[in-house]
Amino acid sequence: MSQPSSPNIIEIRGLGKTYANGFTALKPIDLDIRRGELFALLGPNGAGKSTLINIICGVVNGSTGNVLIDGFDHVMAFRETRRRVGLVPQELHTDAFETVQATLRFSRGLFGLPANPAHIERVLRDLSLWDKRDDRIMTLSGGMKRRVLIAKALAHEPAVLFLDEPTAGVDVELRHDMWQVVHRLRESGVTIILTTHYLEEAEQMADRVGVILKGELILVEDKRTLMKRLGQRQLILHVDQPLDAVPESLAGLPFELGEHGRSLICTFGGGEPDGQTLDIPTLMTRVQDAGLRYHDLNTRESSLEEIFVNLVRRKHELACGRRNLSFRNVALVPNTRPEYRVAGVVDFAVLHCLRCRDRFANGGH
Amino acid sequence: MVAIDGVAYGAFIIPGLLMLSILNESIGNASFGIYFPKWSGTVYEILSAPISWPEMLFGYVGAAATKSFLLALLILATARLFVPYQIEHPIWMLVFLILTATSFCLFGFLIGIWADSWEKLQTIPMLVITPLTFLGGAFYSIDMLPSPWQEFSLFNPVVYLISAMRWSFYGSSDVPVQASAAAIVGFLLACILTARWMILSGYRLKR
Repeated sequence: MSQPSSPNIIEIRGLGKTYANGFTALKPIDLDIRRGELFALLGPNGAGKSTLINIICGVVNGSTGNVLIDGFDHVMAFRETRRRVGLVPQELHTDAFETVQATLRFSRGLFGLPANPAHIERVLRDLSLWDKRDDRIMTLSGGMKRRVLIAKALAHEPAVLFLDEPTAGVDVELRHDMWQVVHRLRESGVTIILTTHYLEEAEQMADRVGVILKGELILVEDKRTLMKRLGQRQLILHVDQPLDAVPESLAGLPFELGEHGRSLICTFGGGEPDGQTLDIPTLMTRVQDAGLRYHDLNTRESSLEEIFVNLVRRKHELACGRRNLSFRNVALVPNTRPEYRVAGVVDFAVLHCLRCRDRFANGGH
Repeated sequence: MVAIDGVAYGAFIIPGLLMLSILNESIGNASFGIYFPKWSGTVYEILSAPISWPEMLFGYVGAAATKSFLLALLILATARLFVPYQIEHPIWMLVFLILTATSFCLFGFLIGIWADSWEKLQTIPMLVITPLTFLGGAFYSIDMLPSPWQEFSLFNPVVYLISAMRWSFYGSSDVPVQASAAAIVGFLLACILTARWMILSGYRLKR
């Protein structure tokens, strides 16, 4: 058993879930969550993210393995582990007829804690719910209900907070407020495990990233290391004279012609095929040696979203038995759910395998 | 008015009416109490809270049983306005009342966990409990039934409940009061053990 002084607040060993019908939602997973970190768990729909979170929180029974939270087994010492954990579920499960303040008091009482009106008031104010404290939950908007769920999870001052897609269906302003609260919680030492549709949020806030695909944890890595290792950079040169082809002197470099030959694009990083290491100065030297004249240049780096999509694609290509498998589209398309469209969310990547017809998406239901 | 076992009919049916109401209310309250959070999804909060199975059982069943008990007192007070009944063994009356309310709230709790649709939630109360209650001697003494219906009635568990309650009121019963007490306690224990298994295994509570 790990001690409370251990750097890991959660230690997961061999945790798996197979349903009675034989469907394996989670293959045995080993994972450590460090104290005070913000861990982002990413994966397509049905990958097993919520199953993992729900097993840890006691909402779903695991089939194999065990979880230690602050050194306590989550089954044998369930009181100790659950006291430390707060859960914000993915779905909007709220008591429709209760008032906001009453439901928070109830949540705190469930954890055996004495009433603390000052703490409840602080949580409600932090989440901009204080003015709604005497309103029945059924009268609140979807975004407000989402805040109530977060407030309920914070009512017992947990050391670990699980946020299962907490900003789904929340407008831009509310999302911003919520992430400020998350930021404050993290600064106060709360460990946060997050799943989100919005990968740019994970990119901005997470310390480490885990990717689950078809119940298998395929990657756990420090976010910066991940983006450095798997991220790609792009150099775009806007040439003075349109080109018919990539100059021969640039052969061997991953240059491609842009639209109408007006630009040259070099995508590199994330491991070149021939093992060479490329960087911008090297490329610029080769371009100048080739005598190319250009009037502008841009550089850009991969987002976490692109890294995630590539990871899913590579993993699927391996499973499908072919490398470089053609996907119909890896596109950013408008989300089909009205609440996401209202929130201006369009980062909904869809991958469609032509061979086995598997479909992956990073969001939606 | 006709008298049965020396008790005026109006007074005779009070214990049966009381039991009829208690059984239906207990099952209805307790089954709805756990089924609704399951249906709405709010049960996640209970499942993720640091509470043990006896605490969960005490919370849900205790709340439903308290409501049933208060309802029973209200029925008795209202009946007193119209019928001059007497209670020969008031302590035993309270004991049987509490035991019956608790055991049938437990039974309702089990139905609430078992049910995975609103239709199933109503199936057992409507198709099993209500007929058993009406055929359990609420409005008559089973001694009045011809053979073999009198013997068949002894297989109806509700007969024991009503008989015990009637004994606490008027000192007479269709079956020995000890048998009634044993039946109620046995049913209570069976319900507790089943509820324990359901909560610990997560049967229809956890996925």
